[in-house]
Amino acid sequence: MKGVVLDDAAVLLADGDTVATAITDLEAGRTIETEDLPDDRTVLEVAEPIAFGHKLAVTAIDAGEPIAKYGEVIGSATERIEPGEWVHTHNCESNRGRGDLAEGSA
Amino acid sequence: METFSGYRRADGRIGVRNRVAVLPTSVAASAVADRIAADGGPRVTATPHQMGTEQPEPARRRTERVLAGIGRNPNVGGALVVELGTEAAGASAIADEIAAGDTPVETLSIRDAGGTRAAIDRGREAVDALLEEAARARLESADASELVFGVECGGSDATSGIAANPAVGNACDRLVEAGGTSCFSETPEFIGAEHVLAERCVDESVRERLLECVDRRESVADLMGVDLRGTQPTPGNQEGGLTTIEEKSLGAIAKGGTTPIRDVVDYADPLPVGGGLVVMDTPGYDVESVVGKVAGGAQVIAFTTGRGSTTGNPIAPVIKVTGNPQTSDRMATNMDVDASTVLDGESVEAVGERVYETLLSVADGTRTEAERRGMAEFAINELQPRELASLGDPT
Repeated sequence: MKGVVLDDAAVLLADGDTVATAITDLEAGRTIETEDLPDDRTVLEVAEPIAFGHKLAVTAIDAGEPIAKYGEVIGSATERIEPGEWVHTHNCESNRGRGDLAEGSA
Repeated sequence: METFSGYRRADGRIGVRNRVAVLPTSVAASAVADRIAADGGPRVTATPHQMGTEQPEPARRRTERVLAGIGRNPNVGGALVVELGTEAAGASAIADEIAAGDTPVETLSIRDAGGTRAAIDRGREAVDALLEEAARARLESADASELVFGVECGGSDATSGIAANPAVGNACDRLVEAGGTSCFSETPEFIGAEHVLAERCVDESVRERLLECVDRRESVADLMGVDLRGTQPTPGNQEGGLTTIEEKSLGAIAKGGTTPIRDVVDYADPLPVGGGLVVMDTPGYDVESVVGKVAGGAQVIAFTTGRGSTTGNPIAPVIKVTGNPQTSDRMATNMDVDASTVLDGESVEAVGERVYETLLSVADGTRTEAERRGMAEFAINELQPRELASLGDPT
């Protein structure tokens, strides 16, 4: 597959991605040990249970910052996300198809 | 050279199946069409649908275009068009378009026949005659370059963008390399990934049309003052790990492969043979989207699904590809290609080769799991009031 598998736990699909995708169910407290993490990090501790196919942050992401997967922006953080935390609809929102934000909308 | 045995049609195109299609022109003729096809055996398939007897002019034209396109699909060796007799979309107009492609075609009016019982009897007689005509079709060796391959995704999860879609995309690349046509669609699932696609368009005109299609889909959300997040990604997609439409789109576009986008065509418009990679502007609803491509002439469909969609099509064989190991295991009797091996380290290229080999084998007559299980879903994408309004004066 394209990308790099991180310690049989998750796949980082492109350089510069701020999230990786779990390729197995990850338990809280699991450590992912690899040289392939960003920020010169070699260990990432999974902060909470993350299901197969779901995403975890591989770096700290501030509120409002873009979130990257596939080397592209997939949305923005709605709160600060720490490395190892689950990234999903509770802390990442789309920037597109937002008729609710369109000018003149209620 | 990569070849398969197919049915040569009068217009030169090649069918991979030799079916008799029973096409109702409205919901009012759909049950009768179903009954007529029910006793005809596996080669006779009906396309029941929900379109009403009266539709606004552009919507009616679209229904006619879809049904005529289905009748002209090279997998069809004969067509029976069934009407109640009160439809704005009449059987004769659709039959004329099908006949223009030299496909044997008959029409049946339920009212003229004297009610449903007589219509079913007459319909079965017509189907028998069409089966005889279809049986005369010559089976001959055809080249991969004659294939029009439609690709679709439905019930996506995080594995779709990582495993199944890239593998199907690789098969698209192989077919385009062999001189054939690959077609991907589902415009709402370009939102957030259109900049990647725009760079791959062969010229400015194709690029502009592609971006227009995406703008139109996104502006529907703006017009209505709603947030696409309510429906995209779907709750099922979200459970599967997809968070935003951008993320879903970036995974979805992988199924078209990596070759230049040569054209953008409207829903159910004819797809070129030997045309390279072509985009069709279809809705995200997978059954309607598949029907659009089959109406455009696609003989075979590949359909990726992480969560386990089981749908097929009455006219074109549908190859199911999953990247999810659990779905591959639990729904093995509905899946044709296991792409979840990508997660274990098998290369996308190797899985793509398996998809491509399956495509040629299915074109040669091997039945897909959907065909074996009689999965033959059919639905027409109806133009909605807001879309009609955006088209302006229909004349």
